[in-house]
Amino acid sequence: MTISDQTLERMRELASRYPQPRSALLPMLHLVQSVDGEVTTDGINACAEVLGISPAEVTGVSTFYTMYKRKPVGEHHIGVCVNTLCGLLGGDAVYDALSERLGVGHNEPTADGKFSLERIECQAACTHAPVMTVDWEFIDDVTPAAAVDVVDRLERGEQVLSTRGPAIRTFQATEHTLAFPDDGLAGEGTSVDDKMLAGLRYAKEHNMSAPAHGQEA
Amino acid sequence: MTLTPVITEHWDAPDLYTIEGYRRFGGYRALESALKQDPDAIITTIKDSGLRGRGGAGFPTGLKWSFVPQNDGKQHYLVVNADESEPGACKDIPIMMANPHALVEGVIISSFAIRANHAFIYIRGEVPNALRKVANAVAEARRAGYLGTNVLGSGFDIDIVVHAGAGAYICGEETALLDSLEGFRGQPRLKPPFPAVAGLYASPTVINNVETICNIPYIIDRGLDWFRQFGTEKSPGFKVWAVSGHVNNPGIFEAPLGITMRQLLEYAGGVRGGGNVKFWLPGGSSVPLLTAEHLDLPLTYEEMAAAGTMLGTGTPMIFDDTVSVVKAVTRWLEFYKHESCGKCTPCREGTYWITGMLETFEHGHGRESDLELLVSACNQIAGRSFCALGDAAATPYPAALKYFRDEFVAATHTPVDDTFDPVASYIHAGAAAR
Ligand SMILES: Cc1cc2nc3c(=O)[nH]c(=O)nc-3n(C[C@H](O)[C@H](O)[C@H](O)COP(=O)(O)O)c2cc1C
Ligand code: SF4
Ligand code: FES
Repeated sequence: MTISDQTLERMRELASRYPQPRSALLPMLHLVQSVDGEVTTDGINACAEVLGISPAEVTGVSTFYTMYKRKPVGEHHIGVCVNTLCGLLGGDAVYDALSERLGVGHNEPTADGKFSLERIECQAACTHAPVMTVDWEFIDDVTPAAAVDVVDRLERGEQVLSTRGPAIRTFQATEHTLAFPDDGLAGEGTSVDDKMLAGLRYAKEHNMSAPAHGQEA
Repeated sequence: MTLTPVITEHWDAPDLYTIEGYRRFGGYRALESALKQDPDAIITTIKDSGLRGRGGAGFPTGLKWSFVPQNDGKQHYLVVNADESEPGACKDIPIMMANPHALVEGVIISSFAIRANHAFIYIRGEVPNALRKVANAVAEARRAGYLGTNVLGSGFDIDIVVHAGAGAYICGEETALLDSLEGFRGQPRLKPPFPAVAGLYASPTVINNVETICNIPYIIDRGLDWFRQFGTEKSPGFKVWAVSGHVNNPGIFEAPLGITMRQLLEYAGGVRGGGNVKFWLPGGSSVPLLTAEHLDLPLTYEEMAAAGTMLGTGTPMIFDDTVSVVKAVTRWLEFYKHESCGKCTPCREGTYWITGMLETFEHGHGRESDLELLVSACNQIAGRSFCALGDAAATPYPAALKYFRDEFVAATHTPVDDTFDPVASYIHAGAAAR
């Protein structure tokens, strides 16, 4: 795919947000993935042109970061956290189940291009272990059966809700959010769940609170 | 010690993430009072509060701010470190999803104090739901006149850019973060110069953690006496503890610094199935692990240091008897190996080498003589690496060996999965059904 004039315009818009335009390179590469599904050579050239740097420099940056893909990614990109806490609490089994269900391994897309799978590192959600992500939205506290069910439902075209976030969209839609984060979805779905409220609820049930201002001991 | 929800106090209000919800509970009151003060007075207040950075190192926040040269005619920048990627750390992302305006208000006040007109919130890319919540809050604050030019008629101009990373733990290291934010590969810079003098675009820059910045509005609003009644002399204040692992009720618990792990465990419902704590880490995989004998230590910077570990991010991970420490440590080293940025040899080569050797133990054919060799390899990395990631990578193994030597010895002849059935450590019964 080639980068359209409209995308170039959006890239310039990103560059204008920063005191120095090159700061926009990471969001620009997310934008490339939102239109091309991966970091394409055209996308690299477009970033280079907008920022006035060499394509080699853009490539050098893009290869440093794991979220930038130089191979096709599925319509839905699935991550399973296999860092120590999630992995040992069940994430390893979740990964194995998904790998078997999809018939792919780490960083591989399915033949129909519908899904890709990745072993991912800690997602800052260890309280919700084991954690998987679909298009980088959280599916928390998952079992192998629940993970496979998510894939089944997505395959049937059913709506799947993130456990802390909006309904699952696509990898490319999320990449657009990473470039332009104010995506209008902040009010969608639940973001504060039981685990995030565990302490607050305990405190309320047991009449615990922080001393109010003016009630210092 | 009781729970004391402050940053988390209103998380059960469904609209807290909106500006109306936040203001209903007194939000942006602190900003109004801050803008009437002298910026230096705010720096002094934060110094006197004793607030220490919540990103891991516990550096005094007010002191850091005071390093920024004033009246130097240069642009100053505030950069919020929202890269939260340390294994076990899971408090900044929830804070941003639940209470993003506390961060935005904190950023505006902090920028005013250090005389910055541009602030950046660098959020790891893998968490779009935190990103959109913060971006929404920034847009709302701008519409309300809290951002932009001449904020609330004070003459102060400030804007915030919400920036997504792209998957690299090293970008949480503050100078690597700056390189990344400038559009380069995220590799650490040589210090000095420190960011307070030459940071973003070689200008004076303050980098603070999300939770650190979220403390600011509460301190400004409620005052020093109120703040310092929490915690200890050297570790004042409250902390958003995120308790994970083999507990009945994992989650977020806000309580003063100085609470013990035993108390936090009680609030988190105890170890699942009435089991035992085998080992635990106070704040991320980069701090040395502790055991059940340490459950009654106050969780403060000073007490954790005295126990040979660190408070780190204050996000305890609890592992019960079903877990192989060899496997846990190997998995963490695989992480450090993957995340090593490659800039310096001890870390790049060392993490590769140590991980390979640990894997031989995991598979049950480690050599006993390698146990000491691994210690010396860790010693070659610690203190000899370019940045703290190398030190962190050298941390898990020596601590594990100290408390669980027998387990490593057993792994010279028996694969750890034979000694510790992996299924037993899963938290969902039947999770291995497939
Ligand atoms: C490898 C590495 C990763 C780090 N990741 C983070 C992070 O994700 N968030 C954070 O606030 N600090 C992180 N830090 C610590 C920062 O370098 C820095 O100390 C901190 O952001 C300062 O903020 P504070 O003083 O408010 O704690 C990391 C450090 C290292 C060495
Ligand atoms: S210690 Fe590791 S992460 Fe840090 S600069 Fe060296 S290679 Fe990079
Ligand atoms: S280890 Fe999986 S989210 Fe932290």
